[in-house]
Amino acid sequence: MQGSRGRDLAVGIFVLSGLLAIAYLSIPVGGCANDGHRGMTLIASFDEIGGLSVRAPVVISGVKVGQITEIDLDEDLRARVVMDVNSDLLLSIDSSAAIRTSGLLGDQFVALEPGFEEEFLTSGDEFSFTENAFNIEKLVGTLVHGTQ
Amino acid sequence: MRRAIEALGARSSDVVAGLGRIALFGRDILVSLVRPPVRLQRILAEIYDAGVRSLPIVCTSGVAVGGVLALQGYNTLSRFGATENLGAVVGLTLIRELGPVLTGLLVTGRAGSANAAEIGTMVMTEQIDGIKTLAVDPIEFVVVPKAIALTLIMPLLSGLFIVFGVFGGWLVGIELLGLDGGIYLSSLENAVDFREDVGGSLLKALVFGMLVALIATYRGYSSERSTSGVSNATTKTVVSASVCIVFADYVITALWGF
Repeated sequence: MQGSRGRDLAVGIFVLSGLLAIAYLSIPVGGCANDGHRGMTLIASFDEIGGLSVRAPVVISGVKVGQITEIDLDEDLRARVVMDVNSDLLLSIDSSAAIRTSGLLGDQFVALEPGFEEEFLTSGDEFSFTENAFNIEKLVGTLVHGTQ
Repeated sequence: MRRAIEALGARSSDVVAGLGRIALFGRDILVSLVRPPVRLQRILAEIYDAGVRSLPIVCTSGVAVGGVLALQGYNTLSRFGATENLGAVVGLTLIRELGPVLTGLLVTGRAGSANAAEIGTMVMTEQIDGIKTLAVDPIEFVVVPKAIALTLIMPLLSGLFIVFGVFGGWLVGIELLGLDGGIYLSSLENAVDFREDVGGSLLKALVFGMLVALIATYRGYSSERSTSGVSNATTKTVVSASVCIVFADYVITALWGF
């Protein structure tokens, strides 16, 4: 029952490496720490969000600047998407939010395109211009009915 | 006919009685857990035996399983031109299922059977009786440190298995299949969600650890006082713990999704 220093060291290293493995899976891989706030809350309303889900990324020119925090319906039964983006972003009030798909089969995300006005959006503001998710069935339907 | 139904009833009663015995044993362990003394040196010794000495098998198996997943996954994904998702496929498979289950089976085979055999031999050589005559509770002295060790090592070993598996998949994907390392890791990071995937994985590992701890120590403690009794206890441990692990895996997977 005596403790041997070598054995205690081995147990310590084992537990430490196990905890580090779990920490690696949780934070860089699992994105546990990224649930923190980036500072600025913006809202966008869409007629069709497709497969967009909470925690989907928000990007500008391909660079991730935030994520979706909430999706629900507003009084007009349109989809209301709340996103949390970097607080130092300067987006003019005529910027637009569009729902894009990454690749052909990939997940959907929100892409922001800056506008040209000189006034900027602040936390809690809503986007005036939005672009709905691309709907394959509607496109095929348009093509089919268009050619008949 | 009547004898067959009687036999069925007798077997069913035996099964229920057996479950009751194991439940009472589990209760004894839990009661001992909250009562002092805490045998820290014994717990450390058991963690060394069960955990540290399982590291080689867990880590090498992890690399191998990750490599196999990468090969098989690449086969299927290349048909859809979606090979950039290989990191996600390997990582999610390991994190959600193979990490906890395979680690559970490996630990059952290595540490579970060893602990059952050790306790069974102590019963057979009357060491347990000897401990009782010294007014020391054998459950608190022998069983509880082993149970704590087997439970605690499972999430740690499962995490290491998964990390080594991701590394094995990375090795095969980059060196053998020529994929890009950055894409592998970033598809992995994009696909894994902490709450859904990693949280469920750790919960499974913990539950599997508790199952192995309970079954191994119970089988050892209640083994017959003969060499065949000890070997029986060891094989029964591995069989019933393995079956319980895969069933518990289904239950947790089904429930965690909500």
